[in-house]
This record gives sequence, C-alpha cells and structure tokens, in this order.
Amino acid sequence: MSAAPSMFRPRLGRRRTIGRVFAALCLLLTVAAMFILAALIVTVFRAGLPSLSRKFLANMPSVLTPEEAGMNSAIWGTLWLIGCTALFSVPVGVGAAVYLEEYAPNNRITRFIKLNIANLAGVPSIVYGILGLAVFVRWLRLDRSVISGALTLSLLIVPVIIIAAREALAAVPGSIRQAAYALGATRWQTVRHHVLPAALPGMMTGVILALSRSIGETAPLIMIGALTYVAFTPGGSFTEDYPQTLGGAYEWFSTALTDQFTAMPIQIYDWASRPQPEFHQLAAAGIAVLLCVLIIMNATAVAVRAFRQRKSS
Amino acid sequence: MESTPAMAADALPSITVKHAPHSARAVTAVIRTEQLTIRYGSTPAVGAVTLDIPEQQVTAIIGPSGCGKSTLLRSMNRMNDFIPSMSVEGRLTYRGMDINGSACDPVELRRRVGMVFQKPNPFPKSIFRNVAWGAAINGYRGNLAEHVEQSLRRAALWDEAKDVLHKSALALSGGQQQRLCIARAIALQPDVLLMDEPCSALDPIATARIEDLIDDLKSEYTVALVTHNIQQAARVSDRTAFMYMGELIEVDDTNVIFTNPGNPKTQDYITGRFG
Amino acid sequence: MGGLLRKTKEAAIHFGLFACALVSVLTTAGIIWVLASESIAFFQEVSLVDFLFGTRWAPLLAPRSFGVLPLIGGTCLVAVGALLVAVPIGLATAIFLSEYAPPWFRQVAKPVLEVLAGVPTIVYGFFALMFITPRVLQPLLPQTEVFNAASAAIVIGIMIVPTISSLCDDAFRAVPRALREGAYALSATKLEVSTRVVLPAALSGVVASALLALARAIGETMAVTLAAGMTPKLTINPLQSIQTMTAYIVQVSLGDTPAGSIEYQTIFAVGMTLFLITLAINLIAQRVLRRFREAYE
Repeated sequence: MSAAPSMFRPRLGRRRTIGRVFAALCLLLTVAAMFILAALIVTVFRAGLPSLSRKFLANMPSVLTPEEAGMNSAIWGTLWLIGCTALFSVPVGVGAAVYLEEYAPNNRITRFIKLNIANLAGVPSIVYGILGLAVFVRWLRLDRSVISGALTLSLLIVPVIIIAAREALAAVPGSIRQAAYALGATRWQTVRHHVLPAALPGMMTGVILALSRSIGETAPLIMIGALTYVAFTPGGSFTEDYPQTLGGAYEWFSTALTDQFTAMPIQIYDWASRPQPEFHQLAAAGIAVLLCVLIIMNATAVAVRAFRQRKSS
Repeated sequence: MESTPAMAADALPSITVKHAPHSARAVTAVIRTEQLTIRYGSTPAVGAVTLDIPEQQVTAIIGPSGCGKSTLLRSMNRMNDFIPSMSVEGRLTYRGMDINGSACDPVELRRRVGMVFQKPNPFPKSIFRNVAWGAAINGYRGNLAEHVEQSLRRAALWDEAKDVLHKSALALSGGQQQRLCIARAIALQPDVLLMDEPCSALDPIATARIEDLIDDLKSEYTVALVTHNIQQAARVSDRTAFMYMGELIEVDDTNVIFTNPGNPKTQDYITGRFG
Repeated sequence: MGGLLRKTKEAAIHFGLFACALVSVLTTAGIIWVLASESIAFFQEVSLVDFLFGTRWAPLLAPRSFGVLPLIGGTCLVAVGALLVAVPIGLATAIFLSEYAPPWFRQVAKPVLEVLAGVPTIVYGFFALMFITPRVLQPLLPQTEVFNAASAAIVIGIMIVPTISSLCDDAFRAVPRALREGAYALSATKLEVSTRVVLPAALSGVVASALLALARAIGETMAVTLAAGMTPKLTINPLQSIQTMTAYIVQVSLGDTPAGSIEYQTIFAVGMTLFLITLAINLIAQRVLRRFREAYE
C-alpha cells in the first residue's frame, strides 16, 4: 500500500501475536474451570462407587458397621424436608412477587421491601440457621423437628424465589394485562387468569432451582440441630405404617413433622468429618446420590424452560 | 446507473486539482468499488455499486434513509466485519489492493482509512488520552504531546481544549466531542477519512464549524462523506453520488448534480420530492 | 351484593399478598432482633474492645479470651485467597466469552459454568479435604497441614467463578458498541479494544462483581468447616490450619452448649459480626453496580 513516509511503527505482527497468546490464555482458563468441575465429579463418583448399591439406599447409617451403612433415613429426611419447604416457601415467595409486581404502589415502602429482599438474598445461610435456632427451635419450641428445618430453609429460599418470580412476571407483556383490564377484569382476575399462567413456566424454573439449592444446604440444618445417626425416618416407614384412615393420616403427618430427622447433607458431613477412610467412602457415595438428585431437579428445570420456549415460538 | 469516467486503477501521473469545477481531470481514485454488492443475510443492502473515491477531494454520498450509503461507507474500512450476517460480492480496492482479499489486514487498513461516526463516541478518558490513544497504540515515534496539539489544531479544537486537556472528554459539548473524534482520527495521519453523517447529531452552529473543518481537511486527506443533508453536500463536496434503495443512481461533479442532474430520480430527491 | 362480595375478596387477596411480601421484612427484623438481643447480653460480659481487638480466641477453654480477630483473620485469608483464584479465571472467562468465543461455544460454556455455582458447598469441602490437600497441595508444598486455608480458598474460588464471570459479562455487554467501533476504527487489535477500552469502561461493574463474590466467600460455611480447620489463629500462611467465623459457629452448635451460657452467646456475637460484614460489602457492591448501570443507560 502506498502512503506518505510514516511517523508510525505499528508493529502489527507483534501486537497480533500478543493478542493470540492472550486469547489462548483466556481460553485455557475457561476450559480449566470446566475441567475442575469434571475432575470434581469424577473423583467423587470414583471414590464412592464401591459403596453405591441398593443396600446403600435402603439401610440406615451405623457407626459400628460402616460396610452396612446406608442413607435411607437421610434420603427420606430430605424428601420430607423439601416437601414441607416447598409448601411454605412457594406460596409466600410467589405471593410476595405478585404483590411487588402487580399490586405495589411505587412508594418508599415498596422500594424498601425490594431493597430488603435483595439484601436477604446475600445473607449467609448460617445466619438463617441462627435465626431458625432462636425462633423456631427455642422460642416457638418446635424443637429439632422437620418443621423447624422446613421453616428455616423456607426463609432462606424465599428471597431467591421472589427474585426469580418477579423476573418471570415482569417478562409478561403489558399488553396482556391491558387487554384484560379493558374487558373489565379486576386486578386479581387479571393476575389469576392471564398473568400467572403466562409467567408460570419461568416461575417453575426458578422455584425448582431454588428448591434444588436448598437440598444441598447443610449449615442451617446443623444450626437447628438435625441429628446424625438417626435410624428412623420421619413418621416411621411409609410402607409399614401406612395410614388407613384420614384421622390416621393426619396423625402420621403430624408425627412426621415433629419428628427429629436427618438429611443427606448432614449425613454426608458427618461421614466426611470422621478420620476413618471407610467413612470417607460412604461420604463420597452419599455425595454421588445427592448430585444425582440435583441433576434430576436441574434437568427438570431446564426441560421446563425449553418447553416454555418451544411453546412460545 | 452511471459510472464514473473510466480511470486506470494504477498510476496515471496524479494531478491533484482542488475545487476544479469541470470533470475530466486525471485524478487517482484512492478507493474504488466495482459491482459491489453487500447483503445482510440474503437481503441486499447495496446492489452492484461501481464508484470511485478520488484523491484529495470530498466525495459526498447522499440519499434517503435506508438507501445503503452507510453500509457502503463502512465497507471501505471493513467495519462491516463486525456484523456477522454480512456478505460481500464484487470488488473493493484501496489503491489497487483488494480490501476484502486475504492479503489485506483490516487492522492495517484502518490505519490508512479512518472513520468518524454519526454519534460522537469519545472514550471515557481525558481529551489528551483520546487523541493520543490511537497514535500511541500504533507506535508513534515523535513527541506525542506535540502531535496531540497538532491534531487538535487541525481539528479546530485546540483553543477550546488546550487548558482542559486532562479533563474528561465526556464533559465537552456534542460539537466539541465530534471535533475531538475527528482529531483522534487524523492523529493517525490517515490517507482517507470516512465520515458517516458526522453532523446529524449536532446543532446548526456546531454543524457549520465541522463543515468548515471538512473544507479545510481536504487539502491533506481524501474525504468520503455520507450525509442526509442535501445542502451540506452542495456546500462541502467536490463530487456527489446519489444512492437510492441500495443502487447508485448517479455520480458526478457536485455542481453538475445540483444544477443539471442527468437522472430524474436525482432531480426529485434534490428538489425534496421524497426522502 | 355481588359487587360488595367481590370487593371484599379483592381486598382480602391484596392484603394476603402484602402479608407475603411482609414476611421478608419480618425475616430481616427477626435476624437483627435475634442477633442483637443475644449480642447485647454477650457484650455485658465481654467488652467490645476486647472482642474487636483481641488477638486470641479461646471461648471454651480456660484461660478464656474473646478476641475475634483470629476468626476474622481466618475468614479473610480464605476469602482473599478465593478472590485470587476467582477473579483472574472469572475475568478471563468473561472476556473470552464476550469478545472471542463463537456463539456455539458461549451457549455450551455458560450453562456449564453455572453448574459450578450449583454444586453444594459440602461437596466442595469434601473435594478440598480429600483431593486438593493430599493430591495437589501436599505433594507440591510438603509443609501443608491436613487442614489448611488454601484448599478451602481454592475450592471456594472455583465456586464463585460463575458469579464473577456472569456479572463481568453483563458489564462488558453494557459497554456501548459505538465505543468499541471507535477503537477498532483507530486501527486497534481485538486485544487492545478488549483490555484498553472495554475493560476500563466496565471497571466499576467488574469491581461490583468482585465485591459480591467476596461477600459470598465470607459467608461460606461447609467448605471451610470440612477443610480449613478448627484452630483459630492469626496468620497469613495459607498452608496452616485456621478457623473462620462460620466454622466456629458450626463447631459450637455441634457441641453441648446450654442456652444462656456465654459459649451460646458467642454464636450470636460472631454471627452478628459476620452479618454486618457481609451486609456492608453487599450494600457497597449494589451501590457501585447501580452507579455503573446509570452511566450506561
């Protein structure tokens, strides 16, 4: 190319090489992060593989005979816990989100509530555990029960659900609301029949992700005193003590909720913090089971999201 | 569709004539397009345009919105590379070298073919750093502070900027920011300056100052100016090209286009019948 | 009649939904009340100065000492270490995904990185204890103790990479295209545009992401409980065993501490310290983020 004699020394070749090295470095670090994830999963599964069996899922934990130990009580405990947590947290979380997005006037109180929720989402989970200990276990005397655990975990994930639900509601086009109002619908009718159904898939994704996060939470459960070496499941075995009557069902339910319990992360923590290698193997197996549960839940959330996208396009 | 008087792409001895009102002078075409077609995906934005940008003149490209003039301009320094669905057919050369060929490095091309954008886009840095940045990156060998002063003088911004060189460029007014963008473009001592509607975001006073500047710049640089302001093209340019719906309708000396255009569409546009 | 019934129903629903939103306010109030009331009782026994500036933490063994600095020091050691791991990786990932990567790579990489954030922290703690310490740290640096801050810092760093990466990615995307184009038009290479124009323009967004990640690392419990140790110690050596604020709270809860005793009250005093620190960092980060967003909108 012709040009006047130049005062510039652009050294393009060198700059390009540095650029390529930098790009390679960034790629390397990106791949490294993903590789560490893979290493983590592979290591844990390999360590736990010898212990993984139907026996493991069916047996109770036992200190004296680690070869015979299992996660049965922990799995049932987690299931009860998640069920009750969903029961408390989803209505409250979705309700609050609906209020903030559809009903709340734009004043200082509303801004304060929104700011408050954003801050709550950043509070460490162990602080929620402390709260649960003081309020549910001690003050309300619910003791170390399933219901204490569920309430504590609910408080933990309600801010997360609110944030996700608000996003889902905000994504619903305003024209849907306008159309409903123009037909004379009340606010609740509009929300219930038009806005909520449109926002539902997004909210479900958010709820499933929030619940799957709560499954892995250990610290709050330790704080409220979930036990280890619990050799029973809340309410007793479902198949053996199957409630025959409605009254019997109620009794079984309330026993279960007030029972002491253990949960998967608690059991894993206990096994992991023992020095003997047999228990480490059990911990790895427990983690493998936990990760499988999480994978299933997250895959469900992704499937819901994909279903929603396919439906809307 | 008219084409420019046929020119040999390589060296006829180039005689640079300023403000010559007649056509038929031997002038080097710095940038040439030949049957250039540019598409977004499958939709053509520019269709088979053949146009020369002659050296040390201001060539204005006018036409209604969406006629493809910006797309055409941006192809000349390969700024369209950043739009993934763009594809190009035909030939586009800078001083004989194929701009879209594998031998052409876009980064190096942009050092010689500079650009000023529609909306002033100074960096969120000081005035000094804005002008110096491009030059420094490209290894300017002289005294950088002097070079910055020269560039600011050339862009008619020195008097207003000399006391606030280290203040943020974002504190300047719109017109000042645009002159700053011109200063930083010419700090690279480019061969060609592409200007994409540089005054459309500015008030009339700022516009007038930049038009004076363009008139001054053409003694050193070749300028290709896209504008939707017909009077601006008439005031400032030596050659004018009229585009409509992606096609080049007519190109000729400015005074010819504005007094005696050959194509009726050009006549309609000039007189404000549409666009 | 139908109108009145409907109006009552609407009002009831309105109130019910408001009550749901109020739960969050009550939660915050509950946290502050619970932490403050027990902390006040605690500080009637232990002076605030001794607590904040004492360098020995031994609340359970005689001679007792209630200086919280070792716990804060341990927490900082792990948190800063985590940032040292997470910020370079997170930034590099964000730069690569937003400036260099083809769209298919982005679509694969982003969900994979999100998985990192979804793995429960107890799994990270286990990985740190069982793998990082014996297979990575101890072979390279034999003086590494079995429990050490570094292993926890590494895994927590990995855990918070997605936080930094996605926030930085948002920050880069907020930088207007016009700015990038202006830089490219000045004959700059992609590296120069990314690092010398986009990154400085997005800087406050990057800083906010680091602060939010820091707050998360400080609040982390299970990884440090399993891997970082139970020995409160003021040290900058990451290969030693330390104790963080969160791990201490876990330790005390697992033991037998009668309610009302001073050991029980330490849970709340340390909890209050932890809460205030993370709250402060989160508030600052949100402020920085808000100002960044305002600049680009």
